[in-house]
Amino acid sequence: MSRWIMLCAGLLCLQASQAAPVVSEEHLPNGLRILVQEDHRAPVVTTQVWYKVGSSDEPGGLTGISHMLEHMMFKGTSRLPPGKFSEIIAERGGQENAFTSRDYTAYFQTLAKEHLEVSFRLEADRMRNLLLREQDFVKEVEVVKEERRMRTDDDPNARLYEQFQAMAYLNGGYHHPIIGWMDDIERMKASDLRDWYRAHYAPNNATLVVVGDVRPAEVKALASRYFGPLKPFEFAGRERRNALAQAGERRMVLRAPAKLPSLLMGYRAPVLMDDVPAWEPYALEVLAGVLDGGQSARLQQRLVRESRLAGEVGAGYSADSRLSELFMFSAVPSEGVAVDQLEQALRQEVARLRDEPVAADELARVKAQVIAAEVYGRDSVFYQAMRLGAYETVGLGWKRLDELVPGIEAVTAEQVQAVVRKYLVDDRLTVAVLDPSPLEPGQGMPRSQGMGGAQHVR
Amino acid sequence: MFANLLRGLFALLIAAPAWAGPPIQHWETGNGARVLFVEARDLPMLDVRVSFDAGSARDGEIHGLASLTADLLDQGIVLEGGEKDAQAVAEAFENIGARFGASVTQDAVTLSLRSLIDPARLDPALATFTAVMAQPRLAEDDFTRERERVLLGLKAGEQQPGEVARRAFYKALYGAHPYAFPPEGEADNVKAMTAGQVRDFHKRHYVAAGMVIVLAGDLGREQAERLAERLASALPRGEALPALPPVPELREGKTLRIPFPSTQATIMAGQPGMARIDPDYFPLYVGNHVLGGSGFSSRLMEEIREKRGLAYSVYSQLMPMAVPGPFLMGMQTRLDQAAQSERLLRENLERFVKDGPTEAELDHAKKNIVGGFPLRLDSNKDIADWLSVMGVYRLPLDFLDRYPEQVKATSVASIRDAWQRRIHPDRLVMVIVGGKE
Repeated sequence: MSRWIMLCAGLLCLQASQAAPVVSEEHLPNGLRILVQEDHRAPVVTTQVWYKVGSSDEPGGLTGISHMLEHMMFKGTSRLPPGKFSEIIAERGGQENAFTSRDYTAYFQTLAKEHLEVSFRLEADRMRNLLLREQDFVKEVEVVKEERRMRTDDDPNARLYEQFQAMAYLNGGYHHPIIGWMDDIERMKASDLRDWYRAHYAPNNATLVVVGDVRPAEVKALASRYFGPLKPFEFAGRERRNALAQAGERRMVLRAPAKLPSLLMGYRAPVLMDDVPAWEPYALEVLAGVLDGGQSARLQQRLVRESRLAGEVGAGYSADSRLSELFMFSAVPSEGVAVDQLEQALRQEVARLRDEPVAADELARVKAQVIAAEVYGRDSVFYQAMRLGAYETVGLGWKRLDELVPGIEAVTAEQVQAVVRKYLVDDRLTVAVLDPSPLEPGQGMPRSQGMGGAQHVR
Repeated sequence: MFANLLRGLFALLIAAPAWAGPPIQHWETGNGARVLFVEARDLPMLDVRVSFDAGSARDGEIHGLASLTADLLDQGIVLEGGEKDAQAVAEAFENIGARFGASVTQDAVTLSLRSLIDPARLDPALATFTAVMAQPRLAEDDFTRERERVLLGLKAGEQQPGEVARRAFYKALYGAHPYAFPPEGEADNVKAMTAGQVRDFHKRHYVAAGMVIVLAGDLGREQAERLAERLASALPRGEALPALPPVPELREGKTLRIPFPSTQATIMAGQPGMARIDPDYFPLYVGNHVLGGSGFSSRLMEEIREKRGLAYSVYSQLMPMAVPGPFLMGMQTRLDQAAQSERLLRENLERFVKDGPTEAELDHAKKNIVGGFPLRLDSNKDIADWLSVMGVYRLPLDFLDRYPEQVKATSVASIRDAWQRRIHPDRLVMVIVGGKE
């Protein structure tokens, strides 16, 4: 069955962590950080360059500029004409793309290992020599508008999600969608992009992650050769613009052409980067697993199979975001069930977690899944590089990955109950409801807004 | 072991034209199930895939039957000592970190299991997996609940322009052929379905004849044989099914315009394409790579996105299936650009069929496909997926070994020739979802 609301499911969130084999860390004199992990299963290597800039760094009026710049990074440098980057990689059988999230912008190539040098040469070039020509920008901005229409404007649940986020995060870095509000995309100029590029793209604001059939020494030598000559910039440092503390429940309705209603609920919750004891975010991860870690978890059991109030339901939370998060619920009611009734049922699940500690077997199951996922994750070179890059770039540092499995394993039922009592309270809650209007052709969408959640690829 | 082999082989690829894929072992179980096995010793885990000739093309008149049957497998099992309900089945997998999945395409149902190799986990995971496959409970009550969820999913599809377009496109392409209907079925059919029909479908189609067992992971041949035997012997031998009916050729093109309250027009254009075992497989495949199958280096991307900024996503696909799957060009664009985009898709296809790729484009495509081949086999998951395809479609065992050389053997002339015989731009089905009547 198709899952038409995509959220970070508990299990997936939990999956995202813990260090695998050995990671070597190096620094170039210009500030570039290099992380290398060996994986000799196949003659393949993944290179990722991570910049410490994402939509959460953007000021009002310029939302979406990090993502727009990501697109322009393929439009040529003073040495390489537009489109040539992709052509060179493709000619060597490589895969390449990029993604922008709230917390970072990253570029990657996966190639047969002997082409590592090509990847470094090209990435080093566009780190400092990007062209950003007006004639390329005016076309690419149209591509991004089409991307926004496709992902968000023509998808009622995506519109609900971005408006929900704007309400849950009244201000701060997570208020606006990664792709940006349409007004801002329309207003953007090539000169804005030049400023954004100059302010964020330099070796001392980047991390180079390499995973695959390579040796750290050869990677470092190659990196010094290509990235070493690049000049660093002076940075004031990255700000963490958390949203205003919430004091009281918030609610909204989106009326849009659709066939099914849907429901989003989010409780403001801290992350590992916040000034809270680390067991709290780990306990929230375990809580997400108890609620939505597979088919045996509570929401599937109780709301889909037992009461049958939900056709689809999920919960999710990410401890490794850069700014304070939401502990999320999303649901679609079964045919004939009112959204309100489903909301009450979800609130009852929260109440039950507040009143009774989770069972020992539930806790053990979540932990067993985390440990297995740790092994499964090593099957993907790309995924391993992602984890290193993300932890490093949000400010946790890749070494914190080592703490994840022990951190999760140490969580007790009392701690899960404690975070529910502290964070899953009405004063921290935001609720959004999609109220379907008829799918009448040609009535048009009100011009609307972006996307949140995962990431935007080129 | 596999890694070393690939490394060695890759060196060969650079030096010489010969290149082999991973060492695939193949045998049949006592009751006739076919097994494909790759020993991959680096990670302490196992991937299992079991496929049956029980995809939606076997639905008969009851569209959605194969899919609902697959949905119901893990919703309860019958064991010697009694029954386990959906909760107990899910716990049996998840208590030990095992992952179960079931997916349905037109041509097959594939059940998958991923488990740690440690016997304390693998043995119970396999026991539950075997029961889910061979002794699902298929109870009335579970059936009713899952059917409601399928209906809800179908309704959700009606609010997605891409889904509306996809359904209309397949229908227009395939008429009365089984490929015309989406695997998840259609509301009227699903509403009329009964649990008895699901039980009959399971009994007839989940049999050793036509069963394909794929194993990739940390185990040796002997253990793999025992494991495959255990899976297959849980099922009756059964009978192989007749081949699917041939796909009727489109007599004429048609254009369907479906109004929808969206800011974009979703455009899909195409016709029946090629089969998995097809004399024109490589010239069609390499040609499509140039036309719209290779992302940023494809022609459609260059003409429609890079030069004109008309779309975020534009592509062409040839889906190789048991009998010819669709050839499909697709994109989304602002409503007022729809007419221009339709014209561009047509013109690009016409030009490609008339002239074929340029020598430079073909050279680039070959380098990309052949050079990227190790990337397609760099994880246990990828290897297991390939083995499933090879087993389900009965591809020759040296298919992966010979893949690069067959790609290299294509030429501008052979591609042009194949496309001219097989793809007819004057008979395109064009579906446009969006805008007013």
